[in-house]
Amino acid sequence: MKTINLTEQSVRDLNQALHDQAIECTEREWEVLEPKGQHNIACGLDQNISVDIKGPTGYYCAGMNKKAHVTIHGNAGQGVAENMMSGTVRVKGDASQAAGATAHGGLLVIEGNAAARCGISMKGVDIVVKGNVGHMSCFMGQAGALVVCGDAGDALGDSLYETHIYVKGEVKSLGADCIQKDMREEHIEELTELLNRAGVDEDPTAFKRYGSARQLYNFKVDNTSAY
Amino acid sequence: MSEDIKVKDGLRESATFDRNTMTEIRRAAETGIYDIRGFGAKRKLPHFDDLLFLGASMSRYPLEGYREKCNTSVTLGTRYAKKPIVLDIPVTIAGMSFGALSANAKEALGRGASLMGTSTTTGDGGMTPEERGQSSKLVYQYLPSRYGMNPDDLRKADAIEVVLGQGAKPGGGGMLLGQKITDRVAKMRTLPMGVDQRSACRHPDWTGPDDLAIKIQELREITDWQVPIYIKVGATRTYYDVKLAVKAGADVIVVDGMQGGTAATQDVFIEHVGIPTLAAIPQAVRALQEMGMHRKVQLIVSGGIRNGADVAKCMALGADAVAIGTAALIALGCNHPMYDEEFKKIGSAAGFYDDYHEGKDPAGISTQDPELMKRLDPVDGGRRLANYLNVLTLEAQTLARACGKNDLRNLEPEDLVALTVESAAMANVPLAGTSWIPGKGY
Repeated sequence: MKTINLTEQSVRDLNQALHDQAIECTEREWEVLEPKGQHNIACGLDQNISVDIKGPTGYYCAGMNKKAHVTIHGNAGQGVAENMMSGTVRVKGDASQAAGATAHGGLLVIEGNAAARCGISMKGVDIVVKGNVGHMSCFMGQAGALVVCGDAGDALGDSLYETHIYVKGEVKSLGADCIQKDMREEHIEELTELLNRAGVDEDPTAFKRYGSARQLYNFKVDNTSAY
Repeated sequence: MSEDIKVKDGLRESATFDRNTMTEIRRAAETGIYDIRGFGAKRKLPHFDDLLFLGASMSRYPLEGYREKCNTSVTLGTRYAKKPIVLDIPVTIAGMSFGALSANAKEALGRGASLMGTSTTTGDGGMTPEERGQSSKLVYQYLPSRYGMNPDDLRKADAIEVVLGQGAKPGGGGMLLGQKITDRVAKMRTLPMGVDQRSACRHPDWTGPDDLAIKIQELREITDWQVPIYIKVGATRTYYDVKLAVKAGADVIVVDGMQGGTAATQDVFIEHVGIPTLAAIPQAVRALQEMGMHRKVQLIVSGGIRNGADVAKCMALGADAVAIGTAALIALGCNHPMYDEEFKKIGSAAGFYDDYHEGKDPAGISTQDPELMKRLDPVDGGRRLANYLNVLTLEAQTLARACGKNDLRNLEPEDLVALTVESAAMANVPLAGTSWIPGKGY
C-alpha cells in the first residue's frame, strides 16, 4: 500500500501520482492521510485502483472518476464524484450538495445524508443514499438510478428525464413532471440489485418509485405553467 | 411599404407598430408561444461600422503594405497552462454544437480553421471524432448541461472553455428541439430520440466565482495543468464579470456581445438581453488593465465580427483575438441564394433564414437530415472557410500597416475615432474630427 499524507505533500503531487497509474500501474492500494477538507482530491483517476481517504474532503473529490474505487472516511464537500464515468465512490459520512452531479456511470454510495441537488443532471450513474437527500435532488436526471433510504426534500426529480428514483421515506414534494409510479417486479429486481451492490440492508418492497410523466419532453403551449 | 405607396396614397406606417411588430403580435395571438429562432440580434445596434481608423500621414509613419511584415500570431493561455495555444491568426471559430450543426458542418469548421492555423471549438453536445480529427487545435466547451462530457475528451482538448453564457442569451440556457435529435445526437447526450433537449442556464455543481475557482482547479488537476482554461461570458456586466473571471483563475476570457449567434432561443432574449460587442470590449479591457492582467490573461471577443476591419477594430480596442460563428456559417454556405426557392418552401428566404432549430436548413448546415447534410461537402466547406479567414487576416493586416503597426496587437484605441456620439461613448474613443470623448471631456 502506498500512503500519502496531505500535510506533507500537495493535492497536485497526489493527483499526479494517481494519474501516473493510468500509464503504468505500480500500486493498486492507496491511502491518503489528513486530507483536511482540501479540494479536488483524487479527481480524474483512470485505473482500477483503490484509494482510501482517511478524513473529510472538500469540493469535487473523485470528480470524473473512471475505474477507481474511492472511499472517503468522513464527510465529502460539494460535487463529490461529479461526472463519474465508472468505478465506485463511497462516502462514509454526509455529502454536500450536487453529489454525483452529471455522472455518467459507476456507483456512488453515501452512507450518511446528501444535501441539495444530489444527482443533479445525472446521466447513468447509480446513487444510493442511506440517509436523506435535500431539495431539487435528481433535477433534470437523464439516466441511472437514485435510491434514497431516508426522506427526500422539495421538488424531487424536477424536469426529470429517464432516471429511476426510489425513496423509502417521505417525499416533501415532487418537482415538475415527476410522478409516483407503480413498483413492478422488474423494479424490485433493479432496486434489490442496487441495494446489494451498495451493501445496504433495506427491504426493497418498502420503497416507492418515482419517474418522469414525460409531459415536458416536447414543448407544448398547454404546459407553460410548468416551465 | 415603399416610399412610392406612401407618397401616392398618403399612407403612413407607424414607427411603433411597424409591420414586423404587427406580424409578431398576430403570430403570438394565433399560437400562444413565444417565437423561438436562431441567428443573433437583428436590430440595428452601435457596431464597428461606427468606428474609423486614423491612417498614418505626417504625424504617423505607415508600413509598406507588400514588403513589411505585420505579425498576426497570438499565444493564448500563458498564465498557467503548460501548453499554451499558438494561433497563426487572431481569428478563432466559436463554439457551436454537433446537434445544432451537422457533422459535416463541424468537420468543415475544423478543416477551415486548421488550414489557417487557428482553433475551432466544440459546443453543447460533446466532441465528435470528425471534429477532433480535422481540428489541429480544438477548444472543448465545458457547459452547464455537460452533455457528452467525459475526461477522455477533456484530455484530448487543446484548451477548455468554461461557458457561463453567450451573447445571444446571457442568463439563459440552450434548447435543441426534438426534430433535430437523431439517434447519434441522442446517444451523445444520453437522452431519448426526439426529446427536446434543454440545456441548463447555470452549472449544476457550482454557484459563484469562489466555487468556480475550485472548479477550474479541478479541471486543471484532471488535465495535469497542461492546457489553457478559458471562461466565456455573454456581455452584460462585463467589467465585473471579467474581474471575477480573472480572480477565478482564467487563462483566457471570451466576451460574446449581443450580436453573437445561437442555434435556438427566444427572440425576446436575442433582441433584448445583453450589450453590444462594441460596448463590452472597453469594459473588459479596463477590468484587465486595472488588475494588471491585460495581455497576461488574453481576451477573445465575439459577436458580429464580419470582416477584417471588425477584427482590427476589436484588437485596437484591446482584444487579443476574435471568434466568429455566424460569419463562419455564412462562409460555409448558410443562407446562400442558390437555395432561395427551397427557403421559400419553408416560409423563409435566402438571407433571412433563422429557424435553425427546425432542422430543415436547405444549405445542409444547421440540420441532422441525412439528405440535406450531404449538400455540404466538408472539404469544400473547409476551403471556403479558410479563404474567408485569409481575407479577414489580410484586411486586418492592411489596416494595421496603414496605422504603422507591425503586429495586429499593436493597434490601439488611439488609432480609432467614432462616427457617432453613442459609439464614441461606448468605445471610449473621440468623436471623429474632435478630441471629445463623451463622459471624459476634451
